[in-house]
Amino acid sequence: MSDLSYVRTEMLDEKDPPGGEAGIVTWIHKNLFPSIGSGILTVISIFLVYQLLAGILPWMFKSSWTASSLNECREAIHLAYGEGTEGACWSVINERYKQLLFGFYPSELYWRPILAFFLLFVAIAPVLFNKVPRKVLYFSAIYPFLAFWMVWGGSIWVPISAMLGLVVGYYASVILPAVIGSLGAIVAAMILPIVWWILLAGPVAGMLQGIVPISIESVGSDKLGGFTLSVLIGVVGIALSLPIGILLALGRQSPLFVVKIICVGFIEFIRGVPLITLLFVASTLLNYFMPPGTSFDLVLRVMIMVTLFASAYMAEVIRGGLAAIPKGQYEAADALGLDFWKATRLIIMPQALKISIPNIVSNFIGLFKDTTLVSIIGLLDPLGLTNAIRANQEWNGVVWELYAFVALLFFIVCFSMSRYSMYLERKLKTGH
Amino acid sequence: MKKTIIFGAMAVAGMAAVSASAATLDDVKAKGELACGVNTGVVGFAAPDASGKWVGFDVDVCRAVAAAVLGDSNAVKYVPLTSKNRFTALASGEIDMLARNTTWTFSRDVDLKFTFVGVNYYDGQAFMVPKALGVTSAKELDGATVCIQTGTTTELNLADFFRSNGMSYEPVPLDTNAENQKNYLAGACDVYTTDASALASSRATFENPDDHVILPEIVSKEPLGPLVRHGDNQWGDIVRWTLNALIAAEELGVTSANLAEMSNGTNSPEINRLLGTEGSLGEMLGLSADWAKNALAVSGNYGEIFETHIGESTAIGLARGLNAQWINGGLIYSPPFR
Repeated sequence: MSDLSYVRTEMLDEKDPPGGEAGIVTWIHKNLFPSIGSGILTVISIFLVYQLLAGILPWMFKSSWTASSLNECREAIHLAYGEGTEGACWSVINERYKQLLFGFYPSELYWRPILAFFLLFVAIAPVLFNKVPRKVLYFSAIYPFLAFWMVWGGSIWVPISAMLGLVVGYYASVILPAVIGSLGAIVAAMILPIVWWILLAGPVAGMLQGIVPISIESVGSDKLGGFTLSVLIGVVGIALSLPIGILLALGRQSPLFVVKIICVGFIEFIRGVPLITLLFVASTLLNYFMPPGTSFDLVLRVMIMVTLFASAYMAEVIRGGLAAIPKGQYEAADALGLDFWKATRLIIMPQALKISIPNIVSNFIGLFKDTTLVSIIGLLDPLGLTNAIRANQEWNGVVWELYAFVALLFFIVCFSMSRYSMYLERKLKTGH
Repeated sequence: MKKTIIFGAMAVAGMAAVSASAATLDDVKAKGELACGVNTGVVGFAAPDASGKWVGFDVDVCRAVAAAVLGDSNAVKYVPLTSKNRFTALASGEIDMLARNTTWTFSRDVDLKFTFVGVNYYDGQAFMVPKALGVTSAKELDGATVCIQTGTTTELNLADFFRSNGMSYEPVPLDTNAENQKNYLAGACDVYTTDASALASSRATFENPDDHVILPEIVSKEPLGPLVRHGDNQWGDIVRWTLNALIAAEELGVTSANLAEMSNGTNSPEINRLLGTEGSLGEMLGLSADWAKNALAVSGNYGEIFETHIGESTAIGLARGLNAQWINGGLIYSPPFR
């Protein structure tokens, strides 16, 4: 019997798709002109985009980078591109970008905020990416104190003795439950560090500094400004508002009446007033409550207010996450015999936070952009500085260039945050 | 957890705070620096330069006071303040003096409990129009659209002026000077009104300054000057007489060029008293004998400061006008140093 079957021994090459299915013409047809209506819209859009770019691009590129005043800029542009040409005067950015970035920070010490900024990424790396060794978390714990020391300078014993307050609180929560019961221990663990910070931290730091003087040049808050100030306020607000927000959200659901009332009252009060009101309170009203002569740093006051504001919003975002978790999860946790804190930490919070990620990050981005409001109370953040720079006769009248630069700075940070949150959502996606 | 950084710093700040005292002079000496409230940025009056150093007409008043009190014109902590928080900052003691182009008015002096120690610039509201409009007097502005800054006395003065002249106008209110400039140049309004000094500095930045004229009418009185809190007369005297020393020095011909020579003693008893080679004026103020010499050494006398920052040799190009010495027909006048 002869072998009649035919078996192909080699694969056929892939064929090109039929002419109507591929190629640039098809792509254009499918995406831009699938119907007459869409086609008209496409043409209009292309026209508008062209108009926009035709207006902006020549302005951006027919520019001057090296002039020393607006009038010189104009002359240079007229000389290079012909009389009557309007171009961007990027010279102002060239001359002032350091000021826009660092404010009034002494230029020989720029490395300190830069270093603190890069260490920030080291500190948050274990939080952001789970491939980083867990031991880096110890660094994350001391980072806030380190960053404070790097930016403000002064004696190293000030942040160290502030850190000791946490140690006091920790030991109070470990040792005291056996002595005065768990509720008393929680209260004591909250109160003792505050007592330490208010009464003892200062003298102890002074004493240690007397024994072992280690200090770097201190830089006052009046030297802070520009993007450094925005980042400082933003990072403090972001770092503190999440834990405080979680506590407030849990407190709001608490069966303990007093705790619940305090949390609800705080959240509703803060959400009921605009941020700018709180900033005015920080900048003007608080002065009247302080004993005369007390100099309570304005930047610190603003940081506290921004943090309180962000915490209240964060609490509501997280409450939304908590509300989305099925009751069965709580019951399952109870069935496993977990106490409240363990159930919250191991079962409830991971799920609630995952649900809330987009909103949390939106809040962070909103908070970071809100830091520009401090220019209204006289702090020279990038927006405040644009006004101060225009107050030099050389740059009076420069508007778009400065705003464009500030917008670019904010866009970089906010866009990165938004991309990171999308990465995080994909990473944590455990649903079906 | 991380809230420690705030509480820790707060506690330290609380510790470091000096105890309250009525004598601002002692406070300033103890701190070793003068906290001076300045504008967040007004052309010619106060602005940070590229290196972050504050410069300007008002800033030089701060520096002169610091030099008179502490002997160091750089021992100043500049606190940039907006028109909203300037008065609380002064009242609460956050700053020791305010030199922030603030108009001296009855209610600020009496009701807000401040002491204006003098006037370092006589300003007033004026109008700028494009030359092409052919207007030569503010009285011809009937029916004009006017760009103004909201929330300032400018708005009220404008209304008063048009009403008292029986004219109508259409306001285009905007928040900042920069926006107003842009709007005016874009032709959104016929007239731009604000203080004459600000108009002059705006015009200097226009692409074609000669196409615009500032009308001769000044419709309001804006005497700008440094101020201190009520209740500490010694401190008020120090700031007042430091300003007077700058003014008197111009009248007496003491300049930064001849200061060193003159402080060795001259034939004029008043110069000698001013510079501390005769009499004990410094001691009466609670300062060193060469206080006025130190203040003058910073950037010269009143006239020199004026010329450096806002005078005709600068781009702003303001004429002395009302701000000339009284002997030259202006209002700048210092009581005698005796």
